[in-house]
Amino acid sequence: MGQPEQPESASSVSRRGFLKGVGATALATGALAQSGLAATALAPRTANAEPPAAPPVPLFGPAPVAVKLDINGKVRELRLEPRVTLLDALRNHLDLTGAKKVCDRATCGACTVLMDGKTVYACTVLAVEAQGKKIETVEGLAEAHGGNAPIQKCFVANDAQQCGFCTPGFVMACEGFRRGHAGASREEVLEGLGGNLCRCGTYHGVANAVLDVLDAAKGGK
Amino acid sequence: MNAFEYARPATVAEAVGLLSKQEGETAPLAGGTDLLSLMKDFLVEPKRVVSLMGIEPLAEIAVGASELRIGATVTLDALLQAGFLNQWGAKWPALWHAAAGIKSPQLRAMGTVGGELLQRPRCWYFRRGHGLLAQDAKGESLVPRGDHRYHAIFGNAGPAKFVHPSSLAPALIALGAEAELVSPRGVRTVKVEELYRAPQAAGERETTLAADELLTAVVLKKVAPKSATYEVRPRQGLDWPLVAASVALELDGGKVKAARVALGHVAPTPWPVDAAALVGKPLDEAAIGAFAVAALQGATPLAKNAYKVELAQVAIRRAFAAALKGI
Amino acid sequence: MVDLAWPDPNDCSILGKRTPRIDGPDKTTGRAKYTYDINRPRMLWAKFATCPYGRAKVATLDTSAAEAMPGVVAVEVIAPVGTECKVHFQEVACVAAESEEVAREAARRIKVTWEVLEPCVSDDDVEMAGNKAKKGKEQLTDGFDAALAGAAVVSETEVGCSILTHCCLESHGSMVEVAEQDGKTAVTAWSSTQAVSGVGGEFASAIGVEGSQVHVICQHMGGGFGSKFGADLWGALAARLAKKTGRPVKVMLERDMEIALAGSRPSAFATMRVGVKDDGEIVAWESAAWGSGGNTGGMGAPGLPYVFGNIPHKKTQTTPIFTNSGNARAWRAPNHPQMCLLTMAALSDAAAELGMDELEFFRKNLGLTARADVYREELAIAAERIGWAKKWIPRGEQKGVVRRGLGLAMHTWGGGPHTSNVQCTLHPDGAVEIRCGTQDLGVGARTAIAVVAAETFGLPLEKITVLIGDNRYPQSDGSGGSTTIGAISTATRDACVKAVNQMLAAVAPELNAPAEQLVAKEGMVRAAGSTAGGLPFADACRRIGAQPIVTMGTTQRGNGMSSSQVGGVQMAEVEVDCETGIIRVVKMVAVQDVGRIIDLLTTESQVRGALIMGVCAALYEERVMDPTTGALLNPDLEFYKLAGIADVGELDVHMMQTDEHLKRGVIGIGEPPAISPMAAISNAVANAIGARVKRCPMTPDRVLAALKA
Repeated sequence: MGQPEQPESASSVSRRGFLKGVGATALATGALAQSGLAATALAPRTANAEPPAAPPVPLFGPAPVAVKLDINGKVRELRLEPRVTLLDALRNHLDLTGAKKVCDRATCGACTVLMDGKTVYACTVLAVEAQGKKIETVEGLAEAHGGNAPIQKCFVANDAQQCGFCTPGFVMACEGFRRGHAGASREEVLEGLGGNLCRCGTYHGVANAVLDVLDAAKGGK
Repeated sequence: MNAFEYARPATVAEAVGLLSKQEGETAPLAGGTDLLSLMKDFLVEPKRVVSLMGIEPLAEIAVGASELRIGATVTLDALLQAGFLNQWGAKWPALWHAAAGIKSPQLRAMGTVGGELLQRPRCWYFRRGHGLLAQDAKGESLVPRGDHRYHAIFGNAGPAKFVHPSSLAPALIALGAEAELVSPRGVRTVKVEELYRAPQAAGERETTLAADELLTAVVLKKVAPKSATYEVRPRQGLDWPLVAASVALELDGGKVKAARVALGHVAPTPWPVDAAALVGKPLDEAAIGAFAVAALQGATPLAKNAYKVELAQVAIRRAFAAALKGI
Repeated sequence: MVDLAWPDPNDCSILGKRTPRIDGPDKTTGRAKYTYDINRPRMLWAKFATCPYGRAKVATLDTSAAEAMPGVVAVEVIAPVGTECKVHFQEVACVAAESEEVAREAARRIKVTWEVLEPCVSDDDVEMAGNKAKKGKEQLTDGFDAALAGAAVVSETEVGCSILTHCCLESHGSMVEVAEQDGKTAVTAWSSTQAVSGVGGEFASAIGVEGSQVHVICQHMGGGFGSKFGADLWGALAARLAKKTGRPVKVMLERDMEIALAGSRPSAFATMRVGVKDDGEIVAWESAAWGSGGNTGGMGAPGLPYVFGNIPHKKTQTTPIFTNSGNARAWRAPNHPQMCLLTMAALSDAAAELGMDELEFFRKNLGLTARADVYREELAIAAERIGWAKKWIPRGEQKGVVRRGLGLAMHTWGGGPHTSNVQCTLHPDGAVEIRCGTQDLGVGARTAIAVVAAETFGLPLEKITVLIGDNRYPQSDGSGGSTTIGAISTATRDACVKAVNQMLAAVAPELNAPAEQLVAKEGMVRAAGSTAGGLPFADACRRIGAQPIVTMGTTQRGNGMSSSQVGGVQMAEVEVDCETGIIRVVKMVAVQDVGRIIDLLTTESQVRGALIMGVCAALYEERVMDPTTGALLNPDLEFYKLAGIADVGELDVHMMQTDEHLKRGVIGIGEPPAISPMAAISNAVANAIGARVKRCPMTPDRVLAALKA
């Protein structure tokens, strides 16, 4: 018994398909053309942008496929089953264990990372779907600031962590908030951090940490 | 989560071509915020996942003078940012309120309009593997004798007792929005309320979409500056509404010219409420109060969720008040 | 020479000040490695097949499909055919596989058929529980009936609170590696545990080796709250599978199992009557209480009435209920928050019935507590901080949609130290290392040790290396019951004082001063009271010779350095929307006696955390079970609801730190502030809406029901 491994091929593309009876062929363009969708200015480009003879859409997996992730400014090449989440790719394949697995169901925020500058729950993004996006993790945030970003320093100064298991996710949620909300009020901070949960009860410190980092930014630091 | 094969088509046509006619065999993936959880819990076990996130036109939002077309994979965040107050938010506040009520920035960044509308019910019997109808081995519902504090107070005479979880649907229904659907059989347009149905037998879905049909966009064709959504949410951060009400109003000299009302989280489908009785009448507190009471007349709460009847009345009253007040 | 006694607070440079935790940077940057984060070469993941019912017997069990899956390495049956499972999510079998994904899918493919049995999950209803409710004997004091009959007012209260789960964000689990070294089995167990020094034996016995062969490591752990003292079945399985496969095995619970099995706080409900005189003096207490902590019953000490134990006439009776739900484990002040809620609610209702200001009523009856003076002082401070006099409106007088209310509660706890041993190594270059087999649950244990060592050596914090979380360091008891800080702080002081004094003796001749007159302060070694001369600390240490000084310290009791028994007062201000039943906590004030504080910053954090846990219990969280299947309906963070950052209001913490308090020595703070908040919030809601919400969490349905009653 060993790891299921698809035979190496250039693209890991299977054209036969895992699903019998459903081809990977494109829908006839006619069906869309007759819809009249293209008639209005607000219509999707889908209808008339259809190339006349589209090549079959490649299918990946279910065995591991080549996945390229841009993590903290470095391109990492992995072989992952399509079902592997970004969180599991980070934690189990790259040993980037800052993002934590807590609810694993897009609720608690412990796995928060930045994807193209926006906070996302890494537990609920497929790693294959994260390709082509810039992913920033709590480790990368620290590295980019010589080991300790301003928000991380403010977390420490305000004692915004106890057990610390929600902390990396909260740090990233705060960093994501900070970037888009210069001069935010306390109410806006509380509103902007509604996607993370803590069990020890560190919210007071977290809110103050964000306010401090926003203040520092105002002071030109 | 089971293993699956993955495709990332670039066009709607390709995407539709990759979907199976067989329910459950394939799954379209947008933001994934519900699908991945369902797959992790083995509640859906697709053999193929078709990502829609590579189809650029689906992520487009187009605002016209009196028309708003929202692609299915427009994220909630993009929706909110594109429509901040001075733009479409002022024209369709009910939708703006509903999107803003999803209090997790992460979910708003990931979640899409289409995914929000087609997310599966959060019924805890369904989520624990008892099926949408929450039936025991004998086919009897566990809900009436179980814990149904969050379950339906309308439309629950049949086997379905869950509530539809969408926040956007009641708003879109009140705003008279349409949905565009694409399948190998072509394109069709339906009213948003027509996307939903209450399943009558085990194995039936809660939507009217065919297994190989995609929701590609929702379209609002008329501005509704006097509209609002009010959700009763216990927590300030991410939380499910206990009930929600969306209203859209047209007034003429202080009297109601047209009114549309829809409730959320009260029935297996988003729940349009007939507001014809308001037409031609002035909209004062008494009229709104009487309407709210009348709107809940036909409610059939279960033993432990009659409180939702009261909450729905409050939500209607507050939605009207917000709509009249403006954003 | 340095005295063992805690230094004068005015002389302290760091002890008792606000010191950011030393492992803060590790936690905020993701460098801190928790058990869940330990990845080892060739490591296997283990996942469970579990029972989907509250009570069911395994009829057939087929693991073949799982075993045949590529990537599966081992399958271990836990509940063979015929086993009666007594709780939803009980472990049936465990799969070890090459990847987390394969382990999960394989566990799913284990086929079990069940003989379903009738469960009992009714923890709130004695009648429904039938013979699962074990009615206890009535306790009655002489003269009770006459006292109640003679009371001017007899108030009645029915209130209770649901079963909570610990919901540690790092789930329970271990990563175990078994290797053969020099012909002997060597076990390394990374374990998320509150008992690093004690847990090794469980891993050892799981695979038949000696405790000495098990190396336990827990550098950081993601919450325990009383639920992580043992290795549990999960740790034992990790060890067994590691031995069986010859590969490291990680067993961390999924969230659903964590919420279902890994610890809960019992529910508690009661009907109560309180007899009071016209002037507010309490003369009689009657209570009938019930509740459940799962298969182990519930309703343990401290009993009723809580804090006001000296009410002269009492009639009490309790009924534990044995249910098919995950068992209770110690939960921050076991049973105290529940008994506090029941008691404080009944007393608050008595005050309201009498038409008396709640604060005045509690003050009036302080004589019925064990520490009237402590509470009197704390009540005054808390009332001032929340603005009681200005904001108090008698119960039931508000008519608006949104109403505000005030409530209070009081608590007590021991908090005396357990046994810890600390080793101090003072190197000839002045480097200091402290070793202790304790653990940091997130309370700042590592930092507290560093603070004490830094103060004792007169060094800055960064000069101290603290090594904990490893059972090869000197023994330290498990962290529970607020026992850790009094132990590790005094043991560290003991070890460091011995070391610094040896060093002072060694350097005395060169400084031409008797060792008795020398001190180590501000990085210098010089005569006490002088500000000039002397030697830098590192230079002084060179005089100790080539070998480091190694000393041992242990918990100090009975000499004023540690103590126990504290009292605390909390007040809550809430706002209730009487149309939606939604409650918002506006402000909470905690005034707490804690003896001498080592690190004020982390101490305040812990108190704020306790308040927040109380907000969760009062307003949001509860375990929900299905009566038919016995299934747990909310084993997730979506419907097992915790408060978010915007839900907790302003949290005002005041630690009692007068000379009198400091003289008491160090006392633990983990439990006491976690006791009162639910009760204080319940009372504040009753004050706002004029009715008692009968159950915590006070969800909108329950608030609206109370408003109608």
